[in-house]
Amino acid sequence: MDHRPQAWGRPRDDIYGAYDASYLHSNGPKQATQAPIVTGTSVIALKFKDGVVIAADNLASYGSLARFTDVKRLRNFAGTSVIGFGGDVSDMQYLDRHLEDLAIDEAYDTPEPSDATAQGHLNAANLHKYLRNLMYSRRNDFNPLWNQILIAGLDSESKPYLASVDLRGTTFTAPSLATGFGAALATPIMRRYAETDEEASKLSREEAVDVIRECMKVLFYRDARSMDKYSLAVVTKDGVEISETEQLEKQSWAFADRIKGYGTQTV
Amino acid sequence: MPGFDFSNYNRNAALHARGVPLPKATSTGTTIVGCIYDGGVVIAADTRATSGPIVADKNCEKLHYISPNIWCAGAGTAADTEFTTSLISSQLELHSLSTGRKPRVVTCMTLLKQHLFKYKGHIGAYLVVAGVDPTGTHLFTVHAHGSTDKLPYVTMGSGSLAAMSVFETQWRGKLTKEEAIDLCSQAIQAGIFNDLGSGSNVDVAVITAEKTTLLRNYIRPNERVPKLKSYAFKKGTTAVLNEKIIKKEELGNFISVQEVPVEAEAMEVDT
Amino acid sequence: MAAMFSQNPIMNGPNYSFNDAPRVNAPEGARQHRFDPYTDNGGSTLAIAGADFAIMAGDTRSTSGYSINSRYSPKVFKIGGTTSDQHDATLVLSVVGFAADGEALKEKLDAICKMYRYRHGKAMSVEACSRKLSMILYQKRFFPYYAYAILGGLDEEGKGAVYSYDPVGSCEREQCRAGGAAASLIMPFLDNQVNFKNQYEPGSGEGHALQERERRPLTRQEVEILVKDAFDGAVERHIEVGDGLQMMVITKEGIEEIYLPLKKD
Repeated sequence: MDHRPQAWGRPRDDIYGAYDASYLHSNGPKQATQAPIVTGTSVIALKFKDGVVIAADNLASYGSLARFTDVKRLRNFAGTSVIGFGGDVSDMQYLDRHLEDLAIDEAYDTPEPSDATAQGHLNAANLHKYLRNLMYSRRNDFNPLWNQILIAGLDSESKPYLASVDLRGTTFTAPSLATGFGAALATPIMRRYAETDEEASKLSREEAVDVIRECMKVLFYRDARSMDKYSLAVVTKDGVEISETEQLEKQSWAFADRIKGYGTQTV
Repeated sequence: MPGFDFSNYNRNAALHARGVPLPKATSTGTTIVGCIYDGGVVIAADTRATSGPIVADKNCEKLHYISPNIWCAGAGTAADTEFTTSLISSQLELHSLSTGRKPRVVTCMTLLKQHLFKYKGHIGAYLVVAGVDPTGTHLFTVHAHGSTDKLPYVTMGSGSLAAMSVFETQWRGKLTKEEAIDLCSQAIQAGIFNDLGSGSNVDVAVITAEKTTLLRNYIRPNERVPKLKSYAFKKGTTAVLNEKIIKKEELGNFISVQEVPVEAEAMEVDT
Repeated sequence: MAAMFSQNPIMNGPNYSFNDAPRVNAPEGARQHRFDPYTDNGGSTLAIAGADFAIMAGDTRSTSGYSINSRYSPKVFKIGGTTSDQHDATLVLSVVGFAADGEALKEKLDAICKMYRYRHGKAMSVEACSRKLSMILYQKRFFPYYAYAILGGLDEEGKGAVYSYDPVGSCEREQCRAGGAAASLIMPFLDNQVNFKNQYEPGSGEGHALQERERRPLTRQEVEILVKDAFDGAVERHIEVGDGLQMMVITKEGIEEIYLPLKKD
């Protein structure tokens, strides 16, 4: 028996064999992210007359386990834009740190204007392009950041801007966007109110927020990886307002009060 | 029931192992829904049938007859939904004749689930079963593996989430017939416009204790855009290497002909 | 990979599914999750060259799987103007397939055209640009841009020019070309209606002596009609095509952009 302190608390070599430390050595092929581990579900967003509303719930799942229940998945960028993250949470936190650095660098490089959307500051359209290039170059290295991201804010003409980037660098914009489960369940609802940019430009802020809240409720009803606590942000030319402690209201689970069983049961 | 013919199984398994791909079945990548209201039940479906990314049928029927007061909406493999529903329809008719009672929805649902369970999901039929019988109004879903579900509103197929978004935002406990029809057709339209597997028109069936009303192409939101020019070719545009004309009178020389008066509806043709 | 680049309808069309084919060399039960850097965002493009113009067109739907990402996501881009608004551009590039690669390809070619303009004080000719595009594509031969590109413009003589590409850079100047999801549906229509294939002069002879219908350059209006009809047809039968039709008409006066609605189901 080996009684040296170095061996304390270790599996005994004579029983378990020598510890296989090969994975610690860096001479093999580099291991990149091959699958998301801790994940966030849908992010949804909708344009309106003077800006964009965006929301995501506060849950981070570990497979089917609801692992962390107060994860904030909406991020304020430089007080001008909001970024919503779906997918891997560790990659989200990496991007969060990276964007914090970017925002600080930008703040040093450009004088603080009274109007946050003035020329010289990164607006949502610029930020979207930046993230696209970042995500696309990571996919080119076969080392993707496993996220789908929505960017909400204003473009260079101070018009509402909403766009998406995913782990392959694919981008698109639309009056309403949703990631993950929300793409199937929330977009049909949002498109009823804003099929085109023209229709979106007729929505008031209150209407848009109501639509988003309704979508969050439907997602909670039907997405098994969702939660009833969520974050909601509104971006306008006046800046960013994020609330991270929203709670779903007026839920209805009484739809099946007269239903018994799943088949022939009657009692 | 004689069952399926498995005599080509070994040959196909050998071909499969050598990399010969399976033939692709027409699938009804579909939106189908059902909704109970006070006095009956409504089911609805879109009318697109696909084969991969290609539209195989722009106006197919996904509402299947089971008995006068029981109907099925089918998603999944087109052949499986058609044959399974017609098989159960005939079994139910025989059962009804031998017992001298009206067929019940639970009987239909049980026959379907027992049949599908036996085939472990290889029969790709995903069904919404709806009907009114002496015991009341019923609405079920039956999955290909044999599980069933009982709810006041249901959706199935590739557009089920889009359709469910409509029910989850607009459904209420008490609905009139008109409201239920409208809700179901809204749900199907959500599928038609947001799900690529669904498209074309809305078919609706309304089942009450008295009768079933099939509203074929209840809404047609996707009429074909007329072509901007005529593509009729001048006669003689196609090259002909040789030509032999057999007159109708001479046809008897080659085959035996018997004239049968036909009064079927005219086939839909382009003008 | 072979299936990915194939435009052969037998291989990846409606008849057989390669997804259903058994995996060769995959040990029983072994499953490894690997990152697939490609997806297909659907959609279709079309280009036709006329006597003194060229029309580039594409639908504006972006898809992933069975869902629509966006109903307005352009596939046809002006290339090589002096500024980002491309008001003085003379070339048009259409890309279809994997949208991120298409976008990257467009950005790269646009940057090169802009550098050319800066260095030489004139816009890049469509011939020069077509060569450069071929090079860019082939340089990624073993990690290709999964995009079917078509380049359109006017050649040195002022005639409409359309250059079509496969994802690894094979290049050919053509009268017309369809690309993307509904290429196999549109291309036979184009062969018949633009190049008058399979059309003969009625009564011009017997059997093999029959004269083929003589080709003639189509007018701009005729081409615009063909493009719209081709897309209306594709929308009917291909689930990934629809929402909107974006057309760029390149003439010596400049590039005119036309947007027409398509069916949204």
